[in-house]
Amino acid sequence: MSGLRVLVGCKRVIDYAVKIRVRPDSLGVVTDGVKHSMIPFDENAIEEAVRMKQKKIVKEIVVASCGPAQSQETIRTALAMGADRGIHVEVPAGTDANLQPLAVAKIFSKLVEKEKPDLVILGKQAIDDDANQTTQLLAGILDWPQGTMASVVAAKDGNLTITREIDGGLEDISVSLPAVISADLRLNEPRYATLPNIMKAKKKKIEKLNPEGLGVDISPRLKILNVVDPPVRQAGDKVPDVTTLMEKLAEKGHL
Amino acid sequence: MTSPGNLRRSVIQLYKELQYMGREYPAGADFFQTRCKAAFLKNRHETDPEKIQMLIDRGRFVQKEIEALYSLRKYRAMKQRYYDQDEMDLHSKKIENFVKQL
Repeated sequence: MSGLRVLVGCKRVIDYAVKIRVRPDSLGVVTDGVKHSMIPFDENAIEEAVRMKQKKIVKEIVVASCGPAQSQETIRTALAMGADRGIHVEVPAGTDANLQPLAVAKIFSKLVEKEKPDLVILGKQAIDDDANQTTQLLAGILDWPQGTMASVVAAKDGNLTITREIDGGLEDISVSLPAVISADLRLNEPRYATLPNIMKAKKKKIEKLNPEGLGVDISPRLKILNVVDPPVRQAGDKVPDVTTLMEKLAEKGHL
Repeated sequence: MTSPGNLRRSVIQLYKELQYMGREYPAGADFFQTRCKAAFLKNRHETDPEKIQMLIDRGRFVQKEIEALYSLRKYRAMKQRYYDQDEMDLHSKKIENFVKQL
């Protein structure tokens, strides 16, 4: 089995290490001037595609991202990691916060029609909305088999054996190509996109598209009503002895 | 390969790459980048090619260490946020065994 084309998706989000602040209007989080980067799970997805290319299972890696102009930086990082070319589906800055998984899945289904990949790899979930939906929605729209939460992927004769991390254990499944996979944390160790690779990646092509051109309606179906910080942790009580402890527990109705 | 021109280029390339990586340093980009510059300036009068190459190699080693730091930090953060510790230990063993068979 060789010469597959892979379409990998990535998304630009607030960097995982940044301390999130809720906006004063409670409808979202502060994004202006905040460091952004690629979702760690998306890095796993790209790394897997690059490894498959190194093993000669994959011939071409196309990386795509939907978002504002700055998403191009994220695509460049993917190209620096080893993807061959990029597609940027541009969504005006400001409306990108309302770009939801269903819209992204529809966009990707159009990209699949256009690029005709044998395999689509996405990150398991975004670390900003934690939806974990795009892979599943895309598989449904395409009517392709899906291997989500993949922590091991092995290719053989037009099929993929996938080990999935699920609650309470691991599940092994076999899917026939074409298929959609979502990458989990333990799938691989993503390589660091070094400066020389970033420079080389500037020569690689990034195609610019937009949702209207693809015929996709990206209007949100869900409305965010309220965003709040989690409750502040209350200080605990220190008790001098076991008797007092038992009394306090009884008081609070825990006994 | 150890001609002065090549060495100079290697040093400058190393410096650029380390400064680039320093942007994400946990203790702050500024912290890293000022110390990095100071470290390079300290050795700028070195003329022995062997010594310079040794310093470059040390710099490359530091670069690898930082890559590992970033990688581990990210992995640990994701693991802590998204995974239950007991399940992780269970998965660890199973994945190790599965990969051994491949």
